[in-house]
Amino acid sequence: MTMNSTTILNLALSVVLAPLLPGVINRTKAFFAGRKGPPLLQLYYDLWKLLHKGAVYSRTTSWVFRLGPALGLAAVLTALLIVPTGGGSSLLGFDGDLILLAGLFGLMRFITVLAALDTGSAFEGMGASREVTFSALAEPAFLLGLAALAKLTGSLSLTGIFGGLTVESWWSAAPELALVAAAMFLVFLVENARIPVDDPNTHLELTMIHEVMVLDHGGPDFAFILYGAALKMWVMGMILVQIVLPAHSGTWLVDLAVLLAGLLSLGVAVGTVESTMARLRMVRVPQLLVTAGALSVVALVLVLRRPV
Amino acid sequence: MNEPIDGLMVLLVLLNLWLLASSRLIACTRIVAAEGIALGLLPLLLSWDQGISGRLWFIAAASVIIRGVIFPQLLLKALRQANVQREVEPFVGYSLSIVIGVLTLAISFWLISRLPLPETPHLALLLPVALSTILIGLFVIISRKIAINQVLGYLVMENGIYVLGLALVKEIPALVELGVLLDAFVGVFVMTIATYHISREFEHLDADQLDSLKG
Repeated sequence: MTMNSTTILNLALSVVLAPLLPGVINRTKAFFAGRKGPPLLQLYYDLWKLLHKGAVYSRTTSWVFRLGPALGLAAVLTALLIVPTGGGSSLLGFDGDLILLAGLFGLMRFITVLAALDTGSAFEGMGASREVTFSALAEPAFLLGLAALAKLTGSLSLTGIFGGLTVESWWSAAPELALVAAAMFLVFLVENARIPVDDPNTHLELTMIHEVMVLDHGGPDFAFILYGAALKMWVMGMILVQIVLPAHSGTWLVDLAVLLAGLLSLGVAVGTVESTMARLRMVRVPQLLVTAGALSVVALVLVLRRPV
Repeated sequence: MNEPIDGLMVLLVLLNLWLLASSRLIACTRIVAAEGIALGLLPLLLSWDQGISGRLWFIAAASVIIRGVIFPQLLLKALRQANVQREVEPFVGYSLSIVIGVLTLAISFWLISRLPLPETPHLALLLPVALSTILIGLFVIISRKIAINQVLGYLVMENGIYVLGLALVKEIPALVELGVLLDAFVGVFVMTIATYHISREFEHLDADQLDSLKG
């Protein structure tokens, strides 16, 4: 019972704190650029403002366009329910839920792409095409990385995987875990449309991927999309943090503190990457993704040859 | 002492993949140099438990200096003299190269698991990684245009054979080891001179065009 109540508390914290992560990234970028930067809570203000606006719908759009943001947010909220938070278990964990996790991210992407295509704008169609191309390469890296972890811990559920990873795992299987963590970091950058794959600040049609697909959404719809993106970043961040910092002290507060500290450092790390790197040329992005996939496969091969 | 050896082997795998993915000749040369330095440390790690003799220190030092410093210097000098363009110009794209590199690794693991070999714990990673390094070296030789890459591929293959030898033979006599290093040194030396002459004669280093040579 206590296990469940702390899990629910963790989930509530995730839902509330998720928009902080983009704020941390933006503050880090502002620090590198020597600017003051937007407030840490900027995304909360944006969401508040957007939720109080009305939405404008183009006459060429259909119900698909209106469904997109809501279904996307629903998918990522469901994903939050199956990813364990900070040393605990997830609320709805079951064997094989890692496939569902990839599927939910896929569903979110799919409905965003459909909504973008529904506008009939060639510009949004281009963004959709890019998004689908890159995510088709990112998904194998993600799933194979999770498969390596599943084999390593001998469990098929995310709860079992992250419960099975301990600090000792880093002693016995450091190369494998480091490879998976590196692959997951690359997938994290791709899936959340960060530099070096996509530039979240750009509004040039040559460079946009994710941003271009949501141009026609406004008001509460756009708030859903922004919040869904922040939550997705939070969920993927939790996966990455629990690979790198597998804390199971048994004390709820310590585990939560480790998770939050990990997410904070992840935000700083992403901000640092964005400040020190240029966006890759579009044709080089698949190569980066294939590299991420290769890292996952190498990790999987290394895990497979381990004596059970 | 298995974890550092495993780490070194994974590092070798990653360097191999990086070599397949990088588009600049100078970067490739540096990667092969890094491989050489990493492999120079391997005999030290392998016999860490038994204690390291002065002979072993000497071999390791010679290996690091020749593979990590002299080879890259020779190659960079050849690059400057030949005045070639800095791109690798592969026949096979970079992404596909990485995929093939990973495939060779998987095939090597499968092959080694089927070979009847003496069971020793530290062999677990050494043999398959050695085999995949040899295969990747071969792949670099056949898949790149500029002649310097053939030297790099040869060096990667040599690295792989070196690891294979270390894994199978308990202790390689210093004389044999130095003989191999000398051979490789002469090989690289001759090849860099050859690339220089090729570039002087034909004003390019395109190995593909050697096909059209007539006797």
